[in-house]
Amino acid sequence: MIKFFLLMNKQGQIRLSRYYESMEILKRTLLESDVIKKCLSRTKGQCSFVEYKDFKLVYRQYAALFVVIGIDDAENELAVYELIHNFVEVLDKYFRRACELDIMFNLDKVHVILDEMILNGRVAETNKSRILAPLLALDKMSEN
Amino acid sequence: MSDVVEKTLSALPGLLSLEPGSKLSATAKLGAFIRGLNDLASRQDEEKLIKKELAALKEQVSAPTTSPKQMRECLVRLIYCEMLGYEASFGYIHAIKLAQQGSLMEKRVGYLAVSLFLNESHELLLLLVNTVLKDLQSTNLLEVCMALTVGSQLFPPDMIPAVLPLVEEKLQHSKEIIRRKAVLALYKFYLIAPNQVQHIHDKFKKALCDKDPGVMAASLHIYLLLIKENPDGHKDLTGSFVTIFKQVVGGKLAVDFNFHNVPAPWLQIQLLRILRLLGKDDPVTSELMYDVLDESLRRADLSHNITYAILFECIQTIYTIHPKSELLAKAAKCTAKFILSSKNNLKYLGLKALTYVIQQDLNLVLQHQLTIIECLDHPDPIIKRETLELLYRITNAQNVAVIVQKMLDYLRQTTDEYITVNLIGKIAELAEKYAPSNEWFIQTMNTVFSVGGDVIQSDIPNNFLSLLAEGFDDEVENKQLRLYAVNSYLALLEKPNTRYPRRFLQVMSWVLGEYSYLKTETKPEDIIQKLHCLLGNCAADLETKAWILSAITKLFRQTSNSKALSEIMQSFGNSMESCLRQSCFELRQLVENRELMHAVLPLNASCDEIVVDVSLSFLDGFVADALGRGAAPYKPHHQRQEEKLPQEKVLNFEPYGLSFPTSPDTFAITGRQSPTGLSVNSEISYNSMESGLKDSDSLKLEGVKKTWGKKGYLRNKESQEETLSKTSGIFKGEVATARPSSAENPACISAEEEERHLLASSLFVGLGSNDLVNLIGKSQSTAHKFRRKLMNVENENSYEKPMTAQKATASHPAQLSHPVDNVPESCISFQESQVVSLGKATTYPGMERAQVSDQSWTLSNNLMMNKARPTASKESFSGLFADGNFDIVQPALCNAASVTREPISSLTPSFPVEFSEYSHSNLEQVCATENIALFFCKIWKEDCLLIILFFSNHSNVKVINASIDFALTEELQAGEDTNFHFDTVESHFSDRCQLCLQMVKPCTQVALAGHISYNPEYSHCTEEKFTIALFLSDFLRPLKLSTEEFGNLWLSLTNDVKQNLNLSSNSPEALTSALRALQKEFRLHIVAIIVIALERTSGKGSNFRKWWQDREKEQKGSLLASCFHQHPVYFIVDCTLGFCHCGCDQVAVSFQTVCCTSAKK
Repeated sequence: MIKFFLLMNKQGQIRLSRYYESMEILKRTLLESDVIKKCLSRTKGQCSFVEYKDFKLVYRQYAALFVVIGIDDAENELAVYELIHNFVEVLDKYFRRACELDIMFNLDKVHVILDEMILNGRVAETNKSRILAPLLALDKMSEN
Repeated sequence: MSDVVEKTLSALPGLLSLEPGSKLSATAKLGAFIRGLNDLASRQDEEKLIKKELAALKEQVSAPTTSPKQMRECLVRLIYCEMLGYEASFGYIHAIKLAQQGSLMEKRVGYLAVSLFLNESHELLLLLVNTVLKDLQSTNLLEVCMALTVGSQLFPPDMIPAVLPLVEEKLQHSKEIIRRKAVLALYKFYLIAPNQVQHIHDKFKKALCDKDPGVMAASLHIYLLLIKENPDGHKDLTGSFVTIFKQVVGGKLAVDFNFHNVPAPWLQIQLLRILRLLGKDDPVTSELMYDVLDESLRRADLSHNITYAILFECIQTIYTIHPKSELLAKAAKCTAKFILSSKNNLKYLGLKALTYVIQQDLNLVLQHQLTIIECLDHPDPIIKRETLELLYRITNAQNVAVIVQKMLDYLRQTTDEYITVNLIGKIAELAEKYAPSNEWFIQTMNTVFSVGGDVIQSDIPNNFLSLLAEGFDDEVENKQLRLYAVNSYLALLEKPNTRYPRRFLQVMSWVLGEYSYLKTETKPEDIIQKLHCLLGNCAADLETKAWILSAITKLFRQTSNSKALSEIMQSFGNSMESCLRQSCFELRQLVENRELMHAVLPLNASCDEIVVDVSLSFLDGFVADALGRGAAPYKPHHQRQEEKLPQEKVLNFEPYGLSFPTSPDTFAITGRQSPTGLSVNSEISYNSMESGLKDSDSLKLEGVKKTWGKKGYLRNKESQEETLSKTSGIFKGEVATARPSSAENPACISAEEEERHLLASSLFVGLGSNDLVNLIGKSQSTAHKFRRKLMNVENENSYEKPMTAQKATASHPAQLSHPVDNVPESCISFQESQVVSLGKATTYPGMERAQVSDQSWTLSNNLMMNKARPTASKESFSGLFADGNFDIVQPALCNAASVTREPISSLTPSFPVEFSEYSHSNLEQVCATENIALFFCKIWKEDCLLIILFFSNHSNVKVINASIDFALTEELQAGEDTNFHFDTVESHFSDRCQLCLQMVKPCTQVALAGHISYNPEYSHCTEEKFTIALFLSDFLRPLKLSTEEFGNLWLSLTNDVKQNLNLSSNSPEALTSALRALQKEFRLHIVAIIVIALERTSGKGSNFRKWWQDREKEQKGSLLASCFHQHPVYFIVDCTLGFCHCGCDQVAVSFQTVCCTSAKK
């Protein structure tokens, strides 16, 4: 099961976070700073999976942005690793050329995209056009 | 894509200066905020910025002029604040409002914010239900979509029935997205309330067969869960899953489901997981899958990571279902591709797959042994760690030393606490199971304790010590092991300036105290000296000090030289720590009284059973004395806390760190408060209290949980070992064949490689190859190195039970109110405790009956009951209702009033074991003469009160024709006969009989009068009378009722007896306190306070008006408040156990208790 989804930059600033198990705000902050430390200390050649307490972190770096997903033992690390890529490809498709600021200024929309992809810690949809369909429809309606 | 991002990011500075409103459509405030966030330099800046932002937001969201559009922007800013760790709970309600009122995008953001802010149990969530309900009925598909999305994220479980029909309806919707979302919402409902959606399993099937692959994929989430819970119930669907999988693998899905040319990879993974569950241990079902699995392996195009992800699942599935050798061979080949890959991610997954595979097939490990060795030295610690995990699974008696060495190496490097704890557990497990020699075992454990430091869990030293103490079947070996341990610890303590972690010190001191007598060449004085030094030097915590001191106490037993005593007394006799001080005084007492010391501290008897009188009944006389002198009765800790609470609302002066741990898993006896106001750690006080008992400071070996290893897994390993031991001899040859390259050109073997091969042969020794894959036949016949003796197994079990049953009483040691630190007193208590330890049997020294009336509860000062004041011993209350956690035991067959007459071989009766599962009172004496004594105890069975009477003959002649008659009053009813007859009771023997009682007419207190007559041999008949006080609370049993059930009972309870309570004053406080007392003492729970307007009967309404108004603030009473303003008030308090009507002048209590009736049922 996917426990949480984090997006952060190289400076360790959180840009997006989504938890699939409820957690207090204070604990989240602690966890995030641990996660940042763990992931930033890894070198490029090293394996993209890190152990953290009783779960694993799968992380992937895109330029200055890190996507980190926390999973439990039952999840397939590599599949999650590629799920991150799928997510980034969806963002690219929607924002044309996605960058940190796109995400920052459209936090709500990125969340909407993520909600289509992962629900309750499970992969809900991976088909890119289907992921974007509701958001595009909303955008269109709002323009009118 | 990454280079695209990189390009974009290089342009970032330019973007930053962008004016709001250009490409990045955002309103000014959000833009400014984000820019502010981006410019942050430090954590302090962030805090400042967010605090400011939150203040501004608070104002803006509550302003009525804020438009939905602005509100949306506010919510995004709030999401930011919460994301950065600053709570913004003031905005939650506005998120719900926006979801309700906004249109489309605003609505979506409202829902989004709700799902981010609230958790499943948040009370505001109820407000969302209506909105969801409305949107589900909307004609706008987008709104339906949103409602379903939020429903599948979080929804209050109680409210599911309200939306369920609407969601079910959506399963037939024409749009796939709606159907898909409806399935996902049902999945969520299934997760949070499975019984609510039980009836729609058929619809899940329909979703599975949906023509749209998205809907089908969504339904797989539900099926994965269903099949996990009940694989047998879904075997019929195997064909469907196989067909679906075949279609997906065959590329029959639309192209947009592909991910890098791989058709729906995540869907494939999901299907593989389902097939795995279905095919496990089922040859017939597995047969159906072979083809499609083969096809999946064949089609795998290894150009992309995602294919590997699928392959990994495929391998797992092939090795889980009923084996087919062809497929296994192919899967093995696949695993090799992972392991041999240069990519670390794949290597990691390969190791993981291998760890899984070896549970079935060890050959694969042998094929890859060199790669595994490489991974052991891999620069990436994660890979190393995964390799150790693999090695852990293939450990046997021959390679244990090498593998444990590797683990210890890793342990020394890692700083991660979680990994350390995990690894230490594994090392200790392996060491215990496969230790090649005593020396190695002790050395390894020493390393574990010193490297593990303070993060080590207590079960590891506990297990280690119980292993030492219980020993094995071979006494000589036991002795050697213990001696070796003693030697090694003495050597360690010899080293100057070394610090050891506290757990290690505890282990050392226990072993030295217990077993240093084995080392005859060292004088006990020297060891005492050493421990004394340790005690002086170490900055150890109190617990460790107590361990060391108890070791010293044990050592004094072995020497008649008590020179060191005065030094110890000097340094710790006036220690600030009361428990150390007490230990010192105990030590002195023991040294002065050698005989006692030998009885209390027998040699090498740490495993012998000690019967502990947990109720501390030996102190009762002392307590009675103290009470007689006017001491306050003992109150259990929680009660003291409760009483303190209202007073201490202002400031808590007690340091948190020193507060009293109440956790039930510490030793079950609560400590006592010291006069300084500081409380002593309960564990320690346990030590000091009971240190008259041998060994109390050291480990309690009985009942220590032995949680070594996973049983199921152990079996596996054993079987491996068994099959492999046959071939272990040949194995060296196989190493050679496994590396043909080295045989071909030996010249190129570097020294390093040579080393690796050496390592390989030591690591994989004992893992022979067997031609047949050993999959099913699993036998177990490996002798563990350290096989524990099966000691007192039956005893242990039977002993443990009463312990837990008594926990409730034990945690409130009978009225102990005096401070223990007080030295003379502590000596007294100690001397009394010796009775217990000497006899090693539960003893109940003659004592007065507990002074019931002193501890009886009194309703608050100004409340008087018309009838007799119910006096109930605290004991029976605490025993029955302590913390409300009294569990009704399973209904047992009660043989009412049957006399069991097995002579009990000891003079003082002990509590019969067969009743140990019930909660019961202590044994009390009811009457005693020079020849006989009569004891009784109450057992609160579920359906009756059982009185057990012990007739014990302590004269030197036998007693004949003893008979006991009870005269029952009308309130009581006995199950059977009330006369008991004993023909003969031998000298120094006890007999017992039991009487099963029920209360037919409720009354608060009733005396059970009895009459005993007996005939001592050679003497004439003697008669005695006695009474036993029984209380209403002895007959009350908690009645577990839901509110609905109670509602149903409401009208049927017409036989309630009312009891009027006169309030001495008419002040509202009196009523409040009366209610509180009723609530507390009878455990009546107020369900609701109903206000009934009646004719004005007195002019005293105003007091109550005020009282009511106060209450109104806390309770929901507004509904009835309006009628109050014109009329005086009557309150009817409905309780789950009875009713209580309260008026201005009278409080009418009726407890023709449901509980009593339930007792009759």
